[in-house]
Amino acid sequence: MILNKKWIGYGIVWFGAISAFAIVLVVAAIMLRITIGGWNVLSWEFFTTAPKVGMTEGGIFPAIVGTFLLVLIMSIAGVPIGTITAIYLAEYANPQSLISKFVRFSVNTLSGVPAIVFGLFGLGFFIQFVGSGMDHYLYDGKVLRWGQPNILWASLTMALLTLPVVIVSVEEAIKTVPREYREASMALGATKWQTIYKIVIPNSIGGVLTGGILAVSRGAGEVAPILFTGAAYFLPHLPKSLSDQFMELGYHIYIMTTQSPDVEATKGLQFATTLVLLLLTFALNFSAIFIRYRFRKRLKK
Amino acid sequence: MNHSNHSYNQDKPPNQFVQSIGKKRLHVSNVLAEIIIRLIGFLSILIILSIFVFVFREAFPIFSQKSKGTTQTSELLQSETYGEEPSKDTIQVSPKTSLETSGHEGTADLKNLLGKEWQPVSEHPKYGLLPLVAGSFKVTLIALLIAGPIGVLSALYTSAFSPKWAKELLKPTIEILAGFPSVVIGFFALVVLATFMQETFGFHYRLNAFVGGIALSLAVIPIIYTITEDSLTAVPYSLWEASFALGASKWQTVLFVVLPAALPGVLASLILGFGRAFGETMIVLMATGNAALLSFNPLEPVRTMSATIGAEMAEVVFGETHYTVLFLIGSILFLFTFTLNAIVEFYIRQKLMRKFLGKA
Repeated sequence: MILNKKWIGYGIVWFGAISAFAIVLVVAAIMLRITIGGWNVLSWEFFTTAPKVGMTEGGIFPAIVGTFLLVLIMSIAGVPIGTITAIYLAEYANPQSLISKFVRFSVNTLSGVPAIVFGLFGLGFFIQFVGSGMDHYLYDGKVLRWGQPNILWASLTMALLTLPVVIVSVEEAIKTVPREYREASMALGATKWQTIYKIVIPNSIGGVLTGGILAVSRGAGEVAPILFTGAAYFLPHLPKSLSDQFMELGYHIYIMTTQSPDVEATKGLQFATTLVLLLLTFALNFSAIFIRYRFRKRLKK
Repeated sequence: MNHSNHSYNQDKPPNQFVQSIGKKRLHVSNVLAEIIIRLIGFLSILIILSIFVFVFREAFPIFSQKSKGTTQTSELLQSETYGEEPSKDTIQVSPKTSLETSGHEGTADLKNLLGKEWQPVSEHPKYGLLPLVAGSFKVTLIALLIAGPIGVLSALYTSAFSPKWAKELLKPTIEILAGFPSVVIGFFALVVLATFMQETFGFHYRLNAFVGGIALSLAVIPIIYTITEDSLTAVPYSLWEASFALGASKWQTVLFVVLPAALPGVLASLILGFGRAFGETMIVLMATGNAALLSFNPLEPVRTMSATIGAEMAEVVFGETHYTVLFLIGSILFLFTFTLNAIVEFYIRQKLMRKFLGKA
């Protein structure tokens, strides 16, 4: 009988252990290989100059600035909306009501929509619909300014993509605020909104921060949504207005590895750029974990 | 909103204030805040709806297009193809050629869309989606065949058998892996893994579905591991105890009691992993070779639906047939992942969880 076959038990344990350590090994190998490949290229010049000679020399300064601007505009647009949605879900929504179930389903669905579909949405909605509409009303359709890929549309597309990250993180934080805090506030005669505004939000600001940072980390790493909503192969200048295109780290890696005329010559730069992107996401993720941990501890005291 | 904060009970005499205790007073700020918060809360529904509307809107011209006959099917002009001669190394994205030739307006009737060839940029464009759909399924299946067992088994291991330090090592590692940008995984697969695999196993094509599948599995493992692990730890301890009390050993308990109880979660993790892999763009765009071949050989290059959109959308002319077909592919992708999500949400999470765990 299968129940008594001891080797099955051993098999499960051993295969489990092997796969677990395989994961650790592979992750370590990837990080090591990228670090080795890119470490020597990192220099002051690499961070502060633009790509030169068909991207075979120079640095990634415009890509860093572009990534920074992208996540900045994205956060300005996405974090408030995500936070308010989380407040709705945690404080106002009746879990039994159909509409709040719908909202929750939408949030879950949103996190499962492929990044490339967000890109298509950005193209179809922001550029073709909103942007072209703006051109039509502002310039009578004579100037093509907003109806083309630019940093604003790319950031807004990215904001939609990272919305679920913010919502989940903030909602979790709101739920850890003890009920007694709310009851105490209500007992003093505060309205529901006053309680949320003065008690719940200040006590879950760590969650808002964590959500924002995780969203930034996600947004800095995604490339698919900006492929055709605003990222540029190469721009000699930094974006000056919201209707400019921009360079981005992840997109720069993609371009250098697949579209550059001399892929071999840029190898060191490829590794270095990947290393920078990896370090950036690490720094962001770890600070998010750290902040979450600090705030949980504070609430428990 | 702010100015109304202090507008209440200012000019009321004290006795009226006392009278109003126990009655519900109208606070303008409170009501306003609630309305605004609810409206913004509903925004997510609106976003999903508008994704539906605007992605489908751009794909819609295909269905209203008049069929211009099928005369061009007999002519086989294959001067610029994506899939005829997949070169060993480079990704076959050629922005220049597509810009030069994109003036040709081909038809995309049903016969063309169901064709076996994807040659959008040629004298007589062919928009056969079959190789792309097959390619997506091929890579996704390979990824899932690798990530499924690894993810589930390592979750079983850390939640039931492993020493504590192993769990404390694996969990952060999984989090790090989940934080890897997909372009980094794609880069690693393209530059390091593909070369390594070719040198070790002597693959004919450096970039192929298998390499892409391995890379893709790295993106899926965190999803499968995390959800499986969560559902394993959610199994009530009383089930363990009951099994132990009947004399079962640890692995018997895990395999015949705990795993069946957590099965909906495992299933959910596999489905969500499938959806993630199916829609993933950058990894397959960089690591699979991007040749639209219709074959079952995992060692040949492959072009997926998502990679096709990613590679070609930036080069097409807005509004022409090729553009519309790419949006059609996007709509299919969206519908497919939406369905998978809905299955998990409504069927697995609500029905099966209740059945197995006795609660929602």
